Amino acid sequence: MDLYEYQGKQLFATQGIPVPAGEVADTPEAARAAAERIGGKVVVKAQVQVGGRGKAGGIKVAENPDEAEQHARAILGMDIKGHVVHQVWIEAASEIEKEYYASITFDRGAKKPLVMLSAAGGIDIEEVAATRPEELARLHVDPLTGFQPHHGRWLAYHAKIDPVAIRDVVAVLERLYAGFISLDAMLMEINPLILTTDGRVIALDAKVTIDGNSVSRHPEMADFQESGAEDPQERMARERGVTYVKLDGDVGILGNGAGLVMSTLDVVALAGGRPANFLDAGGGSKADDVVTALEVLLSDAKVKALLVNIFGGITRCDEVAEGLLTALERLGATLPIVVRLDGTNEEEGRRIIADRAPANVVVEKTMLSAARRAVELAKEAA
Amino acid sequence: MSILVGASTRLVAQGITGREGAFHAARNKAYGTNVVAGVTPGKEGQDVDGIPVFNTVADAVEATQANTAMVFVPPRFAADAIYEAIESGVDLINCITEGIPAHDMLRVYTHLRRGPQALVGPNCPGIISPGIATVGIMPTQVFTPGRVGLVSRSGTLTYQISKELSDMGIGQSTVVGIGGDPVVGSSFIDILTLFEADPDTDLVVMVGEIGGAEEEKAADFIAEHVTTPVVAYIAGFQAPPGKQMGHAGAIITGSSGTAQAKKDALEAHGVRVGTNPTEVAEVVRERLG
Repeated sequence: MDLYEYQGKQLFATQGIPVPAGEVADTPEAARAAAERIGGKVVVKAQVQVGGRGKAGGIKVAENPDEAEQHARAILGMDIKGHVVHQVWIEAASEIEKEYYASITFDRGAKKPLVMLSAAGGIDIEEVAATRPEELARLHVDPLTGFQPHHGRWLAYHAKIDPVAIRDVVAVLERLYAGFISLDAMLMEINPLILTTDGRVIALDAKVTIDGNSVSRHPEMADFQESGAEDPQERMARERGVTYVKLDGDVGILGNGAGLVMSTLDVVALAGGRPANFLDAGGGSKADDVVTALEVLLSDAKVKALLVNIFGGITRCDEVAEGLLTALERLGATLPIVVRLDGTNEEEGRRIIADRAPANVVVEKTMLSAARRAVELAKEAA
Repeated sequence: MSILVGASTRLVAQGITGREGAFHAARNKAYGTNVVAGVTPGKEGQDVDGIPVFNTVADAVEATQANTAMVFVPPRFAADAIYEAIESGVDLINCITEGIPAHDMLRVYTHLRRGPQALVGPNCPGIISPGIATVGIMPTQVFTPGRVGLVSRSGTLTYQISKELSDMGIGQSTVVGIGGDPVVGSSFIDILTLFEADPDTDLVVMVGEIGGAEEEKAADFIAEHVTTPVVAYIAGFQAPPGKQMGHAGAIITGSSGTAQAKKDALEAHGVRVGTNPTEVAEVVRERLG
């Protein structure tokens, strides 16, 4: 789960990491009021989960509340690389002396947290890593003993952090690591971590990703999840507990098991079609699950044909077929649907569809033939 | 012969009185696995399908000499269950549970790797040596005994490819689901090492997917250490970056973890990568001659 900058900064504040005073606003008027409360010069920042918002005009400095309101009016509703801005973050402007970079990543390859620090912050860190690797200090931490003060010192010296800032930068790293563990983060990144002209170290940005599997033990994260301005179908799917990812094609896909569904998308593409989505109906796939899944799929107007690809393991194909018939009856879907059933009770399942399904439902025996058929039907319907 | 599970397996099922635990422990037993014990705190003295239940894994192991543990415990308590299994001294732990917090697994993994015991999973369908024994939730009817090993990050793809092999008359020595989480106990390399040493495995099918770099590491390992032929499949060419595709570990991060990079790495070392599950089975048949 990716957080917005303002959510990350709120979490940083709870961890004792210094951030500028700020407030979130979703109207120009609220932005003005926030600027008045903060006082002085402020920065108005678009809240989107995509890089390059500064270049796109999504970050503006305002000398006074009037300007803050004007900037918010321009930024709210802006489309930045396909992400519409619904909120702005208003924060006190900082006088920047130096820009550093600090991050902790869940390094799944090394199976350890990776702490990185650089005095070359404020720019794309992947470029620093590629062109000037000696300026990026990297350190893996043993998950059982954790981040120790000597780790912080080693990183600060090797990153060539200015001596005046070392103590504060090390403190930020320690708190960042503590937060990384206690919040079950997969990523915590501060770019830039600044040294101000009056000698303070402050996190000027916050990029935080939380492990989706840990949300049950962080009730405070539920609010963050709700506020996400995600795609309407993805939101609907999440609310109904369906594993769904929207893509931009016209062949809707329903399958069981993450690997098989991914494979189905690939086979549709190989057959010359474009998948509309990833949808894993899961292990059970009883009638209600199929209804829910189809409701999510059919809410996407771009879907011209549907491919149902089921492998019956513990799940029985005849039960899936019955579920599909019930779902179609309840929803009255008329678009072409290609069904492929393999595995446990496949013959019974195919017979149920062949005998009792409406005319828009056809059965194919293999994954490949089903994909080809669905692609053809989507093209005919387009 | 087989790897990991077989005739000498003595299984203890943790979480045996839960709905899934009871169902699958009984199915494992019905297949022929020697299921000697179950564990649920507070339920000692009961039995599930004739399998005696104990309060702790240590007690179960002491009473039954169990050497393999299967974990069916809900995600929030699963790390504790794995630690308990490690301390009981069993040789192999197979964790089926999906949804364990990644940081929990990081600590479990680091602890486990300092000792001699093996963990397969979590978020996996289990292990089967067809005709001999099975541990986990695999649909046993799609597998047939034979000489092809299979190792996979995905459950349903494992079943699909195994069934296609079986339909062609190609049986399996052992099929191992290593799991779809970012941190799993056994990697492709760990399982390839076991297959390489198994005299009854003639070829290995490796089924990967997007996310991480374990397939790339396996490609290097195969080039240097594996003489058994390997045929691969990778799922997720159509997956967009930054989106989790069902499995917690199936996510392209930035530009790393793509299906294409994995395919390229494998092919660079001479491993054939099938474009779909059916083609994988056909390539296996061709390679076996």
